[in-house]
Amino acid sequence: MSEMLKTPVNAGASATGATSPVSSDPVPSSVPAVRVADFNAWYGEKQALKNIRLDIPACRVTALIGPSGCGKSTLLRWINRMNDTIPGARAEGLLKVHGSDVFAPDSDVVELRRRVGIVFQKPNPFPKSIFENVAFGARLHLKLSRSEMNGLVEWALKRAALWDEVKDRLHHSALSLSGGQQQRLCIARAIAVGPEVLLMDEPCSALDPKSTAAIEDLIWDLSEQYTIVIVTHNMQQASRVSDITAFMYLGELLEVDETERVFQNPAHPQTRDYITGRFG
Amino acid sequence: MNDRSGHPLHPLLADPALLRARLRPAAGRHRRERLFYLLCLAVAGSAVLILVLLFGTITIMGLSTLSWQFLTVPPSPSAADSGMYPAIMGSIWVVILAMLAALPLGTASAVLLEEYRPRSAWIRNALHVIELNITNLAGVPSVVYGILGLTVFVYMFPLFDGSGKPVVEWGVRYYDQFYNEADTVLLVPVSSLDAPPVVPTTGLQAYDANYRPVTLRVIGPDDPWPEDPERARVTLRSTDMGGRISEKSWHYFCLPFGRGVLAGALTLALVILPTIIIAAREALRAVPDSLREGSFALGATRWQTIRRVTLPAALPGIMTGSILAMSRAIGEAAPLIMISGIVFLSNPPRHLMDDFTVMPLQIFNWAQRPQADFHLLAASGIIVLLVILLVFNSIALFIRQRYQKPLS
Amino acid sequence: MARDLNIRFLHEHDMNSKNTLEMPLSPESRVRGQAARRARRVVEALIVTVLGTSTGITLLVTAAILLVLGVETVQFFRQEEVTLREFFFSLRWNPLLGGEKHFGIWPLLTGTLLISVIGLAVAVPMGLVTAIYLSEYAHPRVRAVLKPALELLAGIPTVVYGFFALAFITPLLKWLHEGFNSYNALSAGIAVGILIVPIVSSIAEDAMRAVPNALREGVYGLGGTRFDAAVKVVFPAALSGIVAAVLLAMARAVGETMVVALAAGSTPRLAYDPRLETQTMTGFMVQMAMGDVSNFGVEYYSLYAVAATLFLMTFSLTLLGAWVRRRYQEKYE
Repeated sequence: MSEMLKTPVNAGASATGATSPVSSDPVPSSVPAVRVADFNAWYGEKQALKNIRLDIPACRVTALIGPSGCGKSTLLRWINRMNDTIPGARAEGLLKVHGSDVFAPDSDVVELRRRVGIVFQKPNPFPKSIFENVAFGARLHLKLSRSEMNGLVEWALKRAALWDEVKDRLHHSALSLSGGQQQRLCIARAIAVGPEVLLMDEPCSALDPKSTAAIEDLIWDLSEQYTIVIVTHNMQQASRVSDITAFMYLGELLEVDETERVFQNPAHPQTRDYITGRFG
Repeated sequence: MNDRSGHPLHPLLADPALLRARLRPAAGRHRRERLFYLLCLAVAGSAVLILVLLFGTITIMGLSTLSWQFLTVPPSPSAADSGMYPAIMGSIWVVILAMLAALPLGTASAVLLEEYRPRSAWIRNALHVIELNITNLAGVPSVVYGILGLTVFVYMFPLFDGSGKPVVEWGVRYYDQFYNEADTVLLVPVSSLDAPPVVPTTGLQAYDANYRPVTLRVIGPDDPWPEDPERARVTLRSTDMGGRISEKSWHYFCLPFGRGVLAGALTLALVILPTIIIAAREALRAVPDSLREGSFALGATRWQTIRRVTLPAALPGIMTGSILAMSRAIGEAAPLIMISGIVFLSNPPRHLMDDFTVMPLQIFNWAQRPQADFHLLAASGIIVLLVILLVFNSIALFIRQRYQKPLS
Repeated sequence: MARDLNIRFLHEHDMNSKNTLEMPLSPESRVRGQAARRARRVVEALIVTVLGTSTGITLLVTAAILLVLGVETVQFFRQEEVTLREFFFSLRWNPLLGGEKHFGIWPLLTGTLLISVIGLAVAVPMGLVTAIYLSEYAHPRVRAVLKPALELLAGIPTVVYGFFALAFITPLLKWLHEGFNSYNALSAGIAVGILIVPIVSSIAEDAMRAVPNALREGVYGLGGTRFDAAVKVVFPAALSGIVAAVLLAMARAVGETMVVALAAGSTPRLAYDPRLETQTMTGFMVQMAMGDVSNFGVEYYSLYAVAATLFLMTFSLTLLGAWVRRRYQEKYE
């Protein structure tokens, strides 16, 4: 633990020194929303992430791609410490969200997850009404009057492009919605607590093409205000929605760059093989 | 790519200062989380505490009176000389008979419900009703089964008069028993329980106490008593009155069953039947379909598949469930109290129709007495009962661990 | 496995067809084959009949219960001393005393309800918190101890709980408060409660474990604590199973016999004072069974009327539980 506390200063210094072997700060414009450096993670004895160094820029869509088991979901789930709940999972290194250390002893996982929302592979609405689903997180974190809550729910549903479809049945069960609608409901639920970062773990892999297109539009649209990190298996999806693409392979981060450059001119032969479909 | 624009943040969420003012402090939520966790621990701990108190109370009270004698002598009016031998034997009789009745029935029902998928919708509905019915039977209080057993097995109402007295009997002989002045027993056979009393006459065939045939000699009330002991042994006075006794063999059987072992066992079988069916169904359901399909593919019929493939594969599960049902049967008192009542017995049952008591009933009997000495006996009885249950459950657990290998 | 068997099946099939091609069966053997097939069909039909009869016996049991209770209860109401009005509206239950007999079901009913309510007041909070703990919090190692402990509680014969009530709970209550009778409703109720804790906890835990993990992750992902997940999402999602658990436990409490026969006493009274003696329906049935009552008197038939009332109560609770479970169960993919 003490080692972990010492690392930030060094890691920060080296990151700004632009000596990264992986990439040279693709978006230099602003301070990164999420900064990962010297990051290692394990499941039991098995090392899942090796020396990850990655800066995720604010208000952009960053895609994590790579073959199954490469650690992209693991990395994603460490950003808001979802992996805390998995027995045997542990991590070391630097992980900062907007400058605050995720692993600091005074870091509160509850507050962290409010600031870093997550959307899962399979839509997981609670077996409650549509309204209650969106209000759920907000109730946990915020003290709001009834009318404020109504306003917030309406805003979140509108922002998630779901309002028009559900405004007449807000008090129907969320389980009555279609898969794509459920996933947008989960996004609405996540943004209703005021996060800065949204993590998406293959958000479209359980959806049909039409719903996928709607979610992709939404992701692009949301990146106006939110930093979005998306894990995807789908190359086309990564190229369609992301600004930055990071390619991971066997627990290592091989390449990070602007999406266009990664797809047109990958620096690493493994990346090229993967995106041209030679393995994965 | 299209533009990212047009959606302002919600005013509450857009302004960090405003948002912070509305945030619930995380500390309070963490405190609630911790408090709830402590509550959970306390409650779960109290379940364990109750178990400890229960075993503690019983051990402290019961250990002092527990002895070999306790297991081998019958109960007696004096607490110090009491034991539960008839009750232990009664439990063994009743439980074995109950299992003999319930296990085949339960397994057969489970096989039908699990293995046969009828094509006719009508039959499917009927099976569905039966399933629902079994669930409901499992919820019927056992004391109600006791009432059922009392009516159907003990009295066999309305086939018989409802007095519970044997009407049809096999394996019994009735005698009128005489004591003569030489204090020897003489038994004169009679045709039935209700036959008119025997008037002793010379030359009547009778038996002595060891069932050796003898011929009676009858003398008048005032005649001198014979000197010869051989003669005296078979002599009665004409005024002697006999008492009606019965001689029941081990295969004695009667209708209606009366308050005997068989009525108790059948009642208990009804109590555990739903449990056995449910356990056997679960065991059968755990057999992967691929095994059945494999057997069908080789041309086996439905029954061949069940007998050679499905049942053997499900056997450990069925056995585990049956042993657990059996331990339930051993502890069950309420239905049997309806059948046997509270009886004082110094002998274990000798035939299917014999009076009986079982361990939980004996414990109940002792526990409800006001004297503290008998409470100690009840505690000792509970220790015996719990040890037997523990052995049974260990066997069930062993079978589950040892034989229930994953099949798929 | 399945693929493997298919291959074997095809293989056998091939062999058979080859047989028929190369060695056509003689007419004689074909007849023998038909006979064998007919014999097999007869055996199958016989087996189905046997199995069907066995299964039918379960229906017969229910029919017998309904018939016996129904017929004898009608007999009860045909007795001179009894009227339906008295049964349902008289507030006294006094079937055994020589002179004046009363047959109002209410004292037994309230006694039963009093003890069941005390039992549920113990078992529902304990059982539900235990279920939440087991399903949401407990470390596998703690679970490995606690689950068997609860199963042990569930496997203990009820007469043992009755003895525990008499030998431990009652003295404890009397020590705490002098107003307690040697036989009292509270002691019996607490013991009944302990007895049904495992029913509540195991059914409720099953229902909560059936709630998909994705929902818990959803709560954690929104910044919820375990408490939030357990109490605000998992518990409501499992509510149908939990309600069913409580209903089943209640049915069990209503029908519980040996505990009340030992610890509650044998004075039927229309009272809500848990410190006093009371009698439940089951307690009355045991009292009747222990005494020598003639087989045709009104007291004897009252046994059936009480049993019928008890059966109706538990039967409707069980049905209600099954219905709630089916009707309100959330379906997850």
